[in-house]
Formats: sequence, structure tokens, C-alpha cells
Amino acid sequence: MSAAAPTRAPEPAADDRGPAHRSPARRLLARPELGAVVGAAAVFLFFSVVADTFLQWSSFGTVLYASSTIGIMAVPVALLMIGGEFDLSAGVLVTSSALISSMFSYQMTANVWVGIGVSLLATLAIGFFNGFMLTRTKLPSFIITLGTFLMLTGANLGFTRFISGGVSTKTIGDMEGFPAAQDVFASSLTIGDIELKVTILWWFGLVALATWILLRTRTGNWIFAVGGNADAARAVGVPVNRIRIGLYMGVAFGAWIAGQHLLMSYDVVQSGEGVGNEFLYIIAAVIGGCLMTGGYGSAIGAAVGAFIFGMTNKGIVYAQWGAEWFKLFLGAMLLLAVLLNAWVRKRVEARK
Amino acid sequence: MTAVLAAVLGATLAGCSSTGGKRAEERAAQAAEGRAAVNTPRWTFAMVTHSGDGDTFWDIVQKGAEQAAVKDNIKFVYAHHEEGQQQAQLVQTFIDQDVDGLIVTLAKPDAMKGVLAKARKAGIPVITVNSGSEESKEFGALTHIGQDETIAGEAVGEELNARGKKKALCVLHEQGNVGHEQRCDGTADTFDGKLEKLYVEGTNMPDVQSSIEAKLQADEDIDAVVTLGAPFADTAAKAADQAGSDAEIDTFDLNAKVVTALRDGTLGFAVDQQPYLQGYQAVDLLWLYRYNANALGGGRPVLTGPQIITKDQADDLADYTRRSTR
Repeated sequence: MSAAAPTRAPEPAADDRGPAHRSPARRLLARPELGAVVGAAAVFLFFSVVADTFLQWSSFGTVLYASSTIGIMAVPVALLMIGGEFDLSAGVLVTSSALISSMFSYQMTANVWVGIGVSLLATLAIGFFNGFMLTRTKLPSFIITLGTFLMLTGANLGFTRFISGGVSTKTIGDMEGFPAAQDVFASSLTIGDIELKVTILWWFGLVALATWILLRTRTGNWIFAVGGNADAARAVGVPVNRIRIGLYMGVAFGAWIAGQHLLMSYDVVQSGEGVGNEFLYIIAAVIGGCLMTGGYGSAIGAAVGAFIFGMTNKGIVYAQWGAEWFKLFLGAMLLLAVLLNAWVRKRVEARK
Repeated sequence: MTAVLAAVLGATLAGCSSTGGKRAEERAAQAAEGRAAVNTPRWTFAMVTHSGDGDTFWDIVQKGAEQAAVKDNIKFVYAHHEEGQQQAQLVQTFIDQDVDGLIVTLAKPDAMKGVLAKARKAGIPVITVNSGSEESKEFGALTHIGQDETIAGEAVGEELNARGKKKALCVLHEQGNVGHEQRCDGTADTFDGKLEKLYVEGTNMPDVQSSIEAKLQADEDIDAVVTLGAPFADTAAKAADQAGSDAEIDTFDLNAKVVTALRDGTLGFAVDQQPYLQGYQAVDLLWLYRYNANALGGGRPVLTGPQIITKDQADDLADYTRRSTR
């Protein structure tokens, strides 16, 4: 795996200075998100030409919103993938998180914020469980999180039906604390002509935080090291298990934000939602330059990946193409973006 | 226990009016308390639907079936799978268990054909509900109970005409569902304006919202949005709001939020197919068939919809939707 990522040799733990000490031009070319940025520009140009309304400011707000709901999860998922692991439970975990806060608030008739707090703890606990099981059993993350995925899918439905008596939760829209929570997780801000959803801020915040962790802290180096070669990393004293558990809890934190957004914008949650979304997060991270094998990638890349996804997804609608072809176009655009991404990266690596 | 209860019931019933009076009231109360109103043997009826996980609509169907089962002294079992082949396998497991009656949906008729032939061979009466009004009789079912999706769509088209709409958007949340296509096509048949389809990812609410939003931004002529399921109506309303569109939101099916929104005027109208009735009637008709060889519909589907619900009826329905039976 390190052969595919020569810029991230498997001993970055020993290289605490990170990539900051190379020349600026080479640093730019070596960035994993470069291919994704080129891909994003291509997708953007394409839809600007074929769809009249794509360039409107209001459309831009819509595209950003669509990107942010994927992007909030794509960032921690990218970090996890850089650390060499997968999380198949990430999609339903979002729904679980929303269900927990909704049902706790409703059943206890508690302030909505209490439910949100309980949900944070419970969601982080599920993330911890994933990481803990992984480090303890040494089974592949695919198996562990597949188990969690199935358990959560069943638990979401089972508990909701058992507690609420139906498959969707009761409304918490009229409860104390809801308006404030809605402001935090599901409001819109108007800047000039664009109406921006607050999820976009959460998304940008997470990207900044993750980028800082990856490039400016020792933890960031450790994440690359664990994903590149866990044994080598352990040999030089990297706390591999703690990093892995932390990464899964990071995904859980993202799921918590996304889940609260889901709850606060629709105030009831359908318990069957979220299945399959985990792949969207992984797709966004991969388009953004994360290697499936770990040890290479970036948070900004994942964000650009989510943006490409958002543009493609909504651009097809703006272009007013035949509805039947929707998924075919979507798949083709995604493949093209990834191919372009890979091509750019290969050229860059050849030049060095 | 059941035998004693049946004996007591039978004894007290002799010599009295078999209908009406205080006893009927008590019987109704008894049924509500979860006790049977009849003393027929405890038959087992199984229902197998094409529902996905966690679908509100099928929750209501199930509630109707469960309440009829309690009243009719029926053991009711339920299973579901959204894939035709898996659904057929579930039906097979119930045939293996030799249940006394089967209730199935025919959303994917071809997958169900073989297994229904087996049910007929095993002498198990079958009632089809919800989807499959065309195939029901051909496959040997006693009756079909449900809404004809095309007729329901036509009702929507007419209602849109009455409201003076010119361009409508039909939002499909499940690609490949025949019933959904029929609804949109039915609407297109009677609607004088133009109808466009939009496919969205039903399991991903933010995606549903941003897709509708994008469509409304791309085409400002759209003055009506028709969603095919109750949970999507509210999302469509949010999307219209966000897109700055004045389009009226209308929907198929009901839930508590739809009723509230109808009262507030955020939604134009809803087309109800009365899912409670589909579950309730199916169990009740199977019981009638077992008990008295009755059949309803004379080989034609028994329609449970479409019932157009606007602001005027919304008030009366609020309580029922809150307890999830409408």
C-alpha cells in the first residue's frame, strides 16, 4: 500500500515535520485532493454549460446543502480510511443518533437538549464499541462494522416500534428547547442572495478541524502511520489501538451532527432511513483521493468529493434530464470523476 | 380458558337478540380490550407484504389487521420483504406452516405467481391487498382489497384541474415500483396541464429535499408538487419554501403531520387509500370466508380509495392519525 503512496512513507511517525518542509509547488502537486479538485472543476463546468439554472446563487445554496449532508460524514469517514479502516454502520448510525435523541426527549418529556446530550453519549459509545471490538478481536473492520450495521438497522426499527408504537417517532416539534436546537442544527442563513443551510457551516468546521489534526498535530501523523503500516507504527510507539478507537468515535461524532440535523429539520424520524448512505460517504472520500488501502488521503479531498457528489446529484435535476436515467447518469459521472482523479494523480507522481 | 369463555358466551347468547343492544356494546368493548367477539376456532392468518423496513403506511395496515384479528379470534402473523423473490419465500414458509389464510400484496406479481398457485393447491384461501388488482383473480385469490392506483392518480389529476394547476411535479420515492408509476400515469391521464416525474432516494430525506428544491429552482413554472407518500409531503413543503416557490404541495396517503399541514393550509389535499381498512378488511373477509364462505366484490377489486381529503375533513381525522390508524 505504501508503494501507491510514495509521499506517505510508512514511517511518518519519525517524520514529525510532515510535508510542510517541501517546496510550495511540489507540496501542491503532492496533495491528495488535487485530482478531486480538477474533477470538481470539470463537473462544475459541465453542468454550467448544460443546465441554465445551475449557476444561480440559489442553486448554489441547494448544491452546497446536498453536499454538506454527505460531507459532514465524509470527513470523519475519510480520516478513518486514512487510518486504514472502514465503517459500514455509518449510514444507519446517523438514523440511530436522531432516534435516540427524539425518543429520549419524548418519552421522558425532557428538554430537547437533554435528548441531544444523551444521544451524543450513546452515539459515541457505539463508535467506541466499533473501535474496541476491532482492536480486541483483530477481525477486519468490514466484518465488525457489518455486524454493527445489521444490529443498528434492527435496533432502530425494533426500539422505535416498541417504544413509539409505530415505525416513525412522535413529533418533538412542540417541546421545550426545540427552537434553539433547530437554530443550531437545521436553520438557514441568508448571505447576500444565497440561502445557506447551517449544515454547511458544520461541514466547513469539521473539514478545518480534521485538516488541522491531520497536518498540524502528532495525532495526524499517527493516523497516517497506522493506516500506512500498523505494525511499523506500533514498533515506533504509536498508540495504534487508541487511534483506531478515536477514529471510530470521530465517525460517531459526525453521525451525531448529521442525525441531529435530520431530527431538527423534520422533527419526526423514520426509523428505516439511512441504509446505504454509508457508501455515499465512502464514495465521497474515495473521489477525494483517499486510498481504499489506507495511509493516504485528506479531509479537504473528502469535502471536494462530497461537493462533486452534490453537484452531480443536483446538476442532473437542473439539467432537466429524463428522470428514468437519473441513476445511470449519476453512476457515470461518479466513475468519470474518479478516473480523472486517478489520471491526474498518476501524472503528478510521474513528474516527480 | 378459551373453551370456557366460548361456552359462557354461547350460553348467554342463547335466547337473546344476536344483534344490537347493550351486549353489542359490551362485545365491542371486549374486542377493544383485546378479547375476541366470536367463538370460532383460533385460526392463524399470515400477511406477507412488499413493505420495506420501517414504513409508516404498512404500520397502519398492520394495525388494522391486528385489531380485526383480536375481534375475530385470529392469530395474526406478519412478515415483509421489499424484494419479490424474498417475499415469495416468506409466503412459502407460511404455506409450510399450513396457516388457515393468507394475505399478500402483489407489487411484484411475477415473483408471487408460483407460490400463490402452491397456496391454492394446499387449499389455503388467499386475499390480495394494496397492489395487484389486475392479477388477483387470475392468481386465484378470493378478493382484492385496495386502491386502484390508476384510479387514484386520475382523482389527483381531476383535483389538480379543479384547483387550476398548470404544471405539476410527481415525486417518486421508489424507483421501479409499478404502483407508483401507475399513480403518476393516472394523474397525467386526467390532468389538463403538464406533469413531470422526479425520482428521489426515498431512504435519504435530505436528498429528497434538495432534489425537489433543485427541480423547483430549475423550473419555475411548476405550481403543484405531488408526493406519493405522506412522509415526503412535509419535506416537499420545506423544499418549496427553500426554493422560494409558491407551488402547492399535495400528497398520496396520510399521517399525523399531513393532517396538521392540511389544517394549516401548507398542503393542498391528500388522497387517502385507507390502509387501516386494507388490513382490517383482509382479516375480516378471510374470517368470513372460513366461517360462512362469504366473499366480497364478486371477483372485482374492493376499493378502499381514493378518498380526497382537504382542510375541511382534516379536523375530524386528527385524533385517528395521532393513534396511527389513519
